[in-house]
Amino acid sequence: MASVTFDKATRLYPGATTPAVDAIDLEIADGEFLVLVGPSGCGKSTTLRMLAGLEEVNDGRILIGDREVTDVPPKDRDIAMVFQNYALYPHMTVAENMGFALKIAGVAKEERAKRVEEAAKLLDLEPYLGRKPKALSGGQRQRVAMGRAIVRQPQVFLMDEPLSNLDAKLRVQTRTQIASLQRRLGVTTVYVTHDQTEALTMGDRIAVLKDGVLQQVGTPRELYANPQNVFVAGFIGSPAMNLLELPVSEGGVRFGQHLTPVSREQLSAAGSGLIVGVRPEDVSVDADGTDGLPVVVDLVEELGADGYLYGHADVEGKRVDIVARVDGRAHASAGDTVHISPAQEHVHLFDKESGKRV
Amino acid sequence: MATTDLRITSAMMDATLLDLPWDLPLDEWPDDTVVSLPKGISRHLVRFARLGGRVVAIKETTEEMATGEYRMLRRLQRLDVPCVEPVAVIAGRATVLGEPLPTALVTRHLRFSLPYRALYSSALKRSTAQRLVDALAGLLVRLHLVGFYWGDVSLSNTLFRRDAGAFAAYLVDAETGTIEAGGLSDGRREDDLEVARVNIAGELLDLAAGDRLDPSIDPVAVAGSIVEQYRELWHTITSDELVPSTERWRINARLERLNALGYDIEELSMSTGDGGTTVRIQPKVVDPGHHHRRLNSLTGIDAEENQARRMLNDLDQYVAHEREVRPAAGDDALANEWFEQVYLPIVQAVPRDLAGKLEPPEVFHEVLEHRWYLSERERREVPLAEAATAYIETQLAHRRDEAALLGVPVTVTMPIVPIETGAIDLSDEDDDPDWRDKV
Repeated sequence: MASVTFDKATRLYPGATTPAVDAIDLEIADGEFLVLVGPSGCGKSTTLRMLAGLEEVNDGRILIGDREVTDVPPKDRDIAMVFQNYALYPHMTVAENMGFALKIAGVAKEERAKRVEEAAKLLDLEPYLGRKPKALSGGQRQRVAMGRAIVRQPQVFLMDEPLSNLDAKLRVQTRTQIASLQRRLGVTTVYVTHDQTEALTMGDRIAVLKDGVLQQVGTPRELYANPQNVFVAGFIGSPAMNLLELPVSEGGVRFGQHLTPVSREQLSAAGSGLIVGVRPEDVSVDADGTDGLPVVVDLVEELGADGYLYGHADVEGKRVDIVARVDGRAHASAGDTVHISPAQEHVHLFDKESGKRV
Repeated sequence: MATTDLRITSAMMDATLLDLPWDLPLDEWPDDTVVSLPKGISRHLVRFARLGGRVVAIKETTEEMATGEYRMLRRLQRLDVPCVEPVAVIAGRATVLGEPLPTALVTRHLRFSLPYRALYSSALKRSTAQRLVDALAGLLVRLHLVGFYWGDVSLSNTLFRRDAGAFAAYLVDAETGTIEAGGLSDGRREDDLEVARVNIAGELLDLAAGDRLDPSIDPVAVAGSIVEQYRELWHTITSDELVPSTERWRINARLERLNALGYDIEELSMSTGDGGTTVRIQPKVVDPGHHHRRLNSLTGIDAEENQARRMLNDLDQYVAHEREVRPAAGDDALANEWFEQVYLPIVQAVPRDLAGKLEPPEVFHEVLEHRWYLSERERREVPLAEAATAYIETQLAHRRDEAALLGVPVTVTMPIVPIETGAIDLSDEDDDPDWRDKV
C-alpha cells in the first residue's frame, strides 16, 4: 500500500490550447478512498488515466509512495484497475480464476494459494474455491472478479465509473459493498464518478474538478458545509444549493423584506457583488407572513416525511428558481405565494466575479 | 407487436428489422427466429437471429452503450479496420404490457468468420494457437495505428477468417474502446498489450482446464508471444531509420519490407542531417492491405491479405510465363485472362451444395496447396483442373460448413451486474477435491 501524489501534473492533448488536466496538486494518503468528481469533460478520468499510465503527463510528476512513476509503463506501476471487464473462465475453478494472473506473473504456487485463500476469506468465497463459476450466484461471481484484483495485492486500486451502467437499486447496493470492502482491505483507492451522491457516500475525501482544474479537496462534510467556490457549492448536494444574486444594502443582503446580516469585512471582500448560497434545507418558508422573498410555488415533490418545494421569484426583474425543503405533511401548494428567508448561520457568500467564498 | 415506440438507428434501414420480436426479452425469442442458443455468459445477452437471408448478432445492453458501440463500429468501418458490421440500435423496446426492455445492438455476422473455440475438434493445436495470436497481434497494430484503444483485447472478442494458412482477425466487441484523435499514448498501447497477454493466457488456461488444449502448449508462453509479435510489427511500421545518404537504396528496402508485411506507405517523412550525409526516414501514414488492393485492382477479387499474396504469386507466374510467349500482351489483359481462365474455373467447379464450406479465395488457396501435395506424391506436374477435382472430392466435401458457423465464445466475461444464472448452460466437470492443486 502507498500514498499517491500528483505534483503539478498536467495533461495537454496534442492540438489543444488548454490543458485537459491543469497542474494538479493532490496528496492521497495511504489507505485513503479518494473520489474524483466533476461534470463530464472536467478531466477526472484523464487524471485517473494519468495515474494508471494510460495518459501521458506533459508536465509535473506523479508518485506512488516515494517512487516517481511519471514515465513508468502501466503494468509496472503496481496498480489495479478494478471492474475492467474481468473474464470468468468456465472450466477453471473459482481459485484458478482468482489466481491465474499470479501464475502468469510467475508467483510461486504456495504463495498463489496463500493469497487466493486470503482474498477468498475477505470475500466470503472460501467454501466455493473448488467450484466452477457455473455453480455461483451473480453476486458471488462479482466477488470472484474483485478477488482477481485483490490477489495481486496492488498498491493502489483505480476505479473509473464502475457503477455507471447499473440500475439505481443495484448502484446503491454495490457502492456500499465497494466502500466496505475498501475499508476492510485498506488499499489506497482512487475512484472516478460524475455522480456527487456517489462521491459523498463513498469517499473519505472528495476532489472536485472543473475544466481540468482542481476546485477543492476535502471530506464530504467539509465540501458540503464549506464549499470554497460557487462551482463546488452548486455541484455538491442534491437538490443543489440555491445561488442567488440578491440586492445588498447596509448591513446585509435582502431576501425581500428580510435582511440577512453580512459582516462589513465580507461585504468589502466582495468587490463586484455577492452571490448568496442557501441549501434547500436551510431555507425557511413562511406560508402566511410577508417576511422574506416572495416565491411562487411551481411544484412540491413529496418524499414522505419531507418534500421539496420548487418555485420561482423575481429578483430585480430577473426570474430565479428556488428550492426549499418543506415538511412532508404540511406545506404550500402549487400556485401559492410563500415568503422565504435563510437560516442565518448557514448562509454561504461568494464573490460574484471570482466565484470564491468570502 | 408493440413497434410504435421503437426508436431505430440504422444506416441501412432494412424493413425486415421490424419483423423481429422486439417486444419479447431476447432470452425468450422463439426457436424459429433464433439461430443458435447462447452457450456462454457475456456481459450482456447475445443471440443470433436470421434477418433477410443473413445472420445477425443481437446484444441487449443499455441505450447509451448500444449507441456508443454502434457509432464506434461505424467509425472503425470508415477507418477500414476489420470489424463486425453494425446494423442498428433498437431502443424504446417494451413488452405488450408496456414493461420496458433493454436496448438492442444489432450487428451482422461476418460470413466465414469463426470464434476461436470453433477452431479445434478435440484440442487446440499449437500451430493454430500461434496463428490466432499472430492474427490478433496484426489486428491490434492496425487498431493502434488509427488511434483505437481497445481496453478488452481477447480471443473471445475477436472473430477469425481463414487466410491462406493464416488467420485474419476481426474485432467483435468495441464496447470498451475509444479513439484518441491525436494518436495513442505508449501507455495505452502497453496497457492493451498487457490486457491481451493476460486474457489470452486465461483463455488458453481455460481450454487446458477443460482438456481442450494440446498438452505441449505452454499457455503463458503462447500468450506472451503477442507482445513480441506486436512490438516487431509496430517497430517495422513506425520506427524512424537513419540512412547514410550513400545508401539511399535502403529507403526502397524499407518500402519493400513494409509491402511484404502487407502495408503501403502513404506518407513518408524524410529529413537530411549531419550536413547532408544522412537521411532520416519515418513512415507517417501507412495503409494496410497492400496485396489485397493490388489483387483487387487487377482482378476485382476481394480476398484477405495472405490469400491475395498467394494468388498474386500465381498470377505473377502466369503473367511471366505468358509474356514469354506473347511479349506484347499488357499486364491488365493478362491479369484478366488469369482471372477468367485460372481462378474462375476453379472456384466455379465447387458444386452449389459445397459453397458454404469455405470462401472462394480460400478454396483457391487450398487447391494450390493440394496440387503441390499431389505433385509431390505422384512425382509429376499435376494440372490445376485435376487437382481441383481431386480436392473437391477428397477434401472439401468432408469439411464442415463455415459460412455461418455460430457460437458465442464460452468465456464468461464478468460484469459488475449480477447475472441471472438459471438460463446459463456451461459445461462443468466434476469439481476437484482440493483447489490448491489447481491454483
